[in-house]
Amino acid sequence: MLRLSTRAYAEMVAHCYDGLPLEACGLLGGTGEDATVCYPTANAAESSRVYTVEPKGFLRADRDAEERGIGILGVFHSHTHTAAYPSPTDVTQAPDPAWHYVLVSFADGAPVVRSYRIMGGNISEEPVVLLNR
Amino acid sequence: MSVEVRIPTMLRPAVGGAATVQAEGETVGEIVSGLAATYPGLAGQVVTEDGALHKFVNVYVNDDDIRYLSKLDTKVGEGDTVSIMPAVAGG
Repeated sequence: MLRLSTRAYAEMVAHCYDGLPLEACGLLGGTGEDATVCYPTANAAESSRVYTVEPKGFLRADRDAEERGIGILGVFHSHTHTAAYPSPTDVTQAPDPAWHYVLVSFADGAPVVRSYRIMGGNISEEPVVLLNR
Repeated sequence: MSVEVRIPTMLRPAVGGAATVQAEGETVGEIVSGLAATYPGLAGQVVTEDGALHKFVNVYVNDDDIRYLSKLDTKVGEGDTVSIMPAVAGG
């Protein structure tokens, strides 16, 4: 399960809107299953098909998370024209089996948010619950 | 010279779960070699078999990407922090 604070959820979706027509990406920070901080980053790939979290953005997020006493729990990115499901590229490049992989899809117009775990090439969807904070 | 090396979550299993480790060396390359001796699982994720920096890893000395400095020959000094950051990407 991924529990997202309402603020982090709103910031994540807003960042994905801002990135259109390109894919947008960023990181989520928190503790355990609770993602409470959204770290929007630039998409260094500047593409509507692929994303690369801008490395310095990752560095800044990692440092900020440490200062807050939290950790980086996962990564989010948008799919501009395909469903909120990990692409083969997402699976082969998933860096951390402990992370949550969050997709924001605009395939149907309104954003659809889903979260996955990716371990050893296997994708499993997990529930996303919004926290009232 | 001992410097602090920050390890992001995805590489922590290779260093026994630590968020930071101490390493000895005058350059980033020496730091990486030193870490490889202590943590064999880490080396393959940072440098290629022929000793070059892995394409999908970014290494920083403080705020500076070593690709824009002297790569693995980048000098490190007392109080510097080295950060090893794997690329986060997908499609």
